[in-house]
Amino acid sequence: MNNELPATDPRVKLLAAKIKKENFKPDALIEILHSAQNSYGYLPMNVLGYIAKALHLPPSRIYSTVTFYHFFSLKSKGEHTCLVCTGTACYVKGAQAILNELEKKTGLKAGQVSADNKLGVQVARCIGACGLAPVVVLDDEVQAKVTADEIINKIIDKIGTK
Amino acid sequence: MNRQEFKDLVIAEREKTKNSTCKHKICICCGAGCISSGSEAVMKKLQEEIIERGLQSEVEIIPTGCMGPCNQGPLMKYLPKNSIYQKVDCSNISQIVQSQVIEKKPIEHLLLFADSRERPFSNADEDPFFSKQLKIVLKNCGQLNPERIEDYLVHEGYRALDKALFEMSPEDVIAEIKQSRMRGRGGAGYPTGLKWETVYKYVNDQKYVICNGDEGDPGAFMDRSVLEGNPHRVLEGMAIGGYAVGASKGYAYIRGEYPLAIKRFEAAIRQAKKMGLLGPNILGSNFSFDVEVRIGAGAFVCGEETALIASIEGKRGTPRPRPPFPAESGLWGKPTLINNVETFAGIAPIINNGGEWYSEIGTPKSAGTKVFALAGKINYSGLIEVPMGTSLREIVFDIGGGIQGGGEFKAAQTGGPSGGCIPAEHLDVKMDYEALVNLGSIMGSGGLIVMDQSSDMVDVARFFMEFCMDESCGKCVPCRVGTKMMHDLLQKICDNNASRIDLERLEELAVYVKEASLCGLGGSAPNPLLSTLRHFRNEYETRIGKYEEKHIDVPQTSEV
Repeated sequence: MNNELPATDPRVKLLAAKIKKENFKPDALIEILHSAQNSYGYLPMNVLGYIAKALHLPPSRIYSTVTFYHFFSLKSKGEHTCLVCTGTACYVKGAQAILNELEKKTGLKAGQVSADNKLGVQVARCIGACGLAPVVVLDDEVQAKVTADEIINKIIDKIGTK
Repeated sequence: MNRQEFKDLVIAEREKTKNSTCKHKICICCGAGCISSGSEAVMKKLQEEIIERGLQSEVEIIPTGCMGPCNQGPLMKYLPKNSIYQKVDCSNISQIVQSQVIEKKPIEHLLLFADSRERPFSNADEDPFFSKQLKIVLKNCGQLNPERIEDYLVHEGYRALDKALFEMSPEDVIAEIKQSRMRGRGGAGYPTGLKWETVYKYVNDQKYVICNGDEGDPGAFMDRSVLEGNPHRVLEGMAIGGYAVGASKGYAYIRGEYPLAIKRFEAAIRQAKKMGLLGPNILGSNFSFDVEVRIGAGAFVCGEETALIASIEGKRGTPRPRPPFPAESGLWGKPTLINNVETFAGIAPIINNGGEWYSEIGTPKSAGTKVFALAGKINYSGLIEVPMGTSLREIVFDIGGGIQGGGEFKAAQTGGPSGGCIPAEHLDVKMDYEALVNLGSIMGSGGLIVMDQSSDMVDVARFFMEFCMDESCGKCVPCRVGTKMMHDLLQKICDNNASRIDLERLEELAVYVKEASLCGLGGSAPNPLLSTLRHFRNEYETRIGKYEEKHIDVPQTSEV
């Protein structure tokens, strides 16, 4: 695993600072991964290698942890993300139909990112906004009581055509 | 800060509130629900309006936690009259201020539930949505600013911690909790006092307290709302727990999906530390306690205590066999007290008012109140707190305002993927731990999803099985393979492609998975299936009938 990272990259500095703050303790691995994903948007392999070296953990341990948790992603999630909540309350109120429509219109399945990296479609198990079901989170902004058309129009506003 | 300084501070804060020139208070709900509906913009507009009218010295604006009726948001409450305005928009702020603050008249058509009740209540507490509730855990949510410790201090904040530290021994605290007959609010309902006593009895130089805020159950948002609306109450409960069992370090494990809850809880820790209510020698006593936040990373199984502990240790969140229970060997092999957010939030009132007071609320076997997250096909979804033993009918029809669109109640789902459905014939069930188990469901953490005739119960079972299949950690075979097989069979039934043999196989598998799985995830994964089979078997039969019509020649039993 290539774990050389450019030392001048501000994201690397941030990561190094976080690891230092956690005293290089292996039990802070998840906290460190959160911080890395916050600055990179996802977890590139060389970043994982860097963390493994810094914490003196085998890369397999890092990889197994990253792939266990849904929150961590090894691939870029796209410039804009559209996350459909499929929790029970949203499901009862028709989240599946919204997701189907979205998948049809964008040509992307849940978990995929468009070829130009502009849009990623994801699903969440529950974001805890059940009173406002069905909800879709568009670039960290919760859209309450949505319909498929509203969301598609908002996406078009954000990324232009398509 | 020592005890005397703390008391002086509380008195000073109370005086400050009493002598405030602000005779009008306007609370704006800043729970994650109302923020999503735009409450932050409303608050900004309100601030501008107040400045424009020069009313800064008369009107105080308080951003609060969840007020309850989330789908009517953004909500705005006017105190002391207790009038709640719903779906507040920047465009009607000026009108509300003019009428309510200056002319002292509520605007009826903007009041809470004005669009659905014949006559809305100008005092929201008289509305059945609130009058049927009893708020203990949520008492101050929607009243105080969760980001200011001073607000909490005015509302009896940290009084219970002070009382526990200086007037009670750890044994007294445990006795009080035992007397309250409180049961764990995470779902299983284990007696809290007993758990505390067990941890207390293990001798070790280091023990831990963990607050389980990994609310992975889809359709539940109680913990999120408590953490956002009154984080100090949870912190106080954890500190009292630490004092009772002899722990000096606590961890709050909060879901990564709840950034606002994490932010507010971390702020609460900082404020409490600054005031000496956390950290070394709290209020000048011999008790030291520190709390750290750990952020979950999206794994439902981490709600299981041993998996959660593994996750705090920075590992994959897989459960391990019990015993040893965490009370004996938990975090880093040390005795660990682990309770749910709502349990910790209920501790301070018990210490303040006594265990006996609490034990008199609710039913003989389940004392106290329970917070429910009401959602689905219901008119007034949101966050409610009712005494144990309140009937499902009261919750759905009196508090929840009945079924949306005038539909017919079909079932209520409790306990999420580990629970089951309660059909219409059991609407009068008194909600407590035992009654729900008797109906094949569980109390769970408090998600309550109401379904009408449009919900297909076989598909509901498939939905939950898909969830469990995805979330199975893969450590034990019965859960990893069993949930997948059950899901595939359910999918087959949904597609009208299953025969009677498939249904028999499904029922057989359900028992195996339930009995043989390592942890609660697998052990309860068949529950939604079994409960829909019990109450809605006809829906399964109909689909199998459709298959049989097409294939008359297939064998009808597995005995061939």
